[in-house]
Amino acid sequence: MTREQRAHVILAPIKVWAGLLVLLGLTFGYAYLPHGPFKAEASIAIAVAKALLIAFFFMQLREAAWLVRLAALAGVVWASFLYLIAFADYLTR
Amino acid sequence: MPDTALQEPWQTAERQHVAMQFGMWCFLATETLFFGGLLLFYAVARYTHTAGFTAGAHEAEVTFGTVNTVVLLTSSLTMAIAERAVREALTPLARAMLAATLVLGLAFLVIKGFEYHSDIEKHLVPGPGFKLTETGASQFWAFYWTATGVHACHMMIGLGVVARMLLIPKADLPSRWTAAEGSALYWHLVDVVWVVLYALIYLVGR
Repeated sequence: MTREQRAHVILAPIKVWAGLLVLLGLTFGYAYLPHGPFKAEASIAIAVAKALLIAFFFMQLREAAWLVRLAALAGVVWASFLYLIAFADYLTR
Repeated sequence: MPDTALQEPWQTAERQHVAMQFGMWCFLATETLFFGGLLLFYAVARYTHTAGFTAGAHEAEVTFGTVNTVVLLTSSLTMAIAERAVREALTPLARAMLAATLVLGLAFLVIKGFEYHSDIEKHLVPGPGFKLTETGASQFWAFYWTATGVHACHMMIGLGVVARMLLIPKADLPSRWTAAEGSALYWHLVDVVWVVLYALIYLVGR
C-alpha cells in the first residue's frame, strides 16, 4: 500500500468517523445538560450534521456528478412537500 | 482503477458507474419518502400531545441507543474503507473490512434484541398492560416499535448485501468496484436513518 493509498483508503474515512463521534458526544452531552435551551432542535440539528457528513464523504456526494446529486436531493424535496402541506393544516387549525 | 466487470447494457465503466450511482440514489430517495412518512407521524404526534409524548420518550433506554450508534457509525467506517480498498485492488484489506462490517451489523442487531427484551419486560408495548397512562405516550412507543423494527429489517437486508460481496471470488473482487460502491451506499443510508432515529427516540426525553 502506497502512502497516497493509505491516506485515501484509511485515513480520510477515519477522520470523518472521528468527526461523527465528536458530534455524537456533543449531542449526548447537550441532551443531559440541565435547563439547556432548544434541546430538541439542537439534537435534530446535530443529527442533520451527522447525516450530511455521511452523505458527502462516506456516500461520496462531494465527488458525484450533478445528475447523481439531483437524484439524492429529489427524496428530500418531495419529503419537504409532505411536511409543508401537513403542517399547513396542523399549525393553522 | 482496476478493470471493470461490465454488466448489460453498459459499454464503458464510466457509464456503468454513473448509472449505478443514479439508480441507487433514486432508490434511496424512495427510502427517504418511506421514512419521511414515519417521521411525519412523529412530528404530528409530538406536536399534538407534547407532554405525554416526551414522557413516553423518557422511558427509552439511552445506553442501548448510544452504544448502537457507535457500533453503526463504526460499521460505516469499515464499509467506507472496504469500498475504497476494492477500488484500489487492496483485496485482503477489502475483505477484512467487509467481514468487520458484517460483525458490527450483527452486533447492532444483538444489542437491539437485548433492548427489545428489556422494553417488553417493562411493559412498553402499546396495548393491554401498557405501562404509561399519559395521552401521547403510546404514540411514541408505536413509533419506536415501527421505526426501529423497519430499520432492523433494513439492517438484515444490508447484512445480506455485505455477505454477497464476501462471496465474490477474491480475484474478481477489484473488478466489481461499482457493486461495492452500490452496496456501501445502501449500508450508509441505513446508518443515516439510524442517526436521525437516535436523536428522535433517545434524546428528546432527557
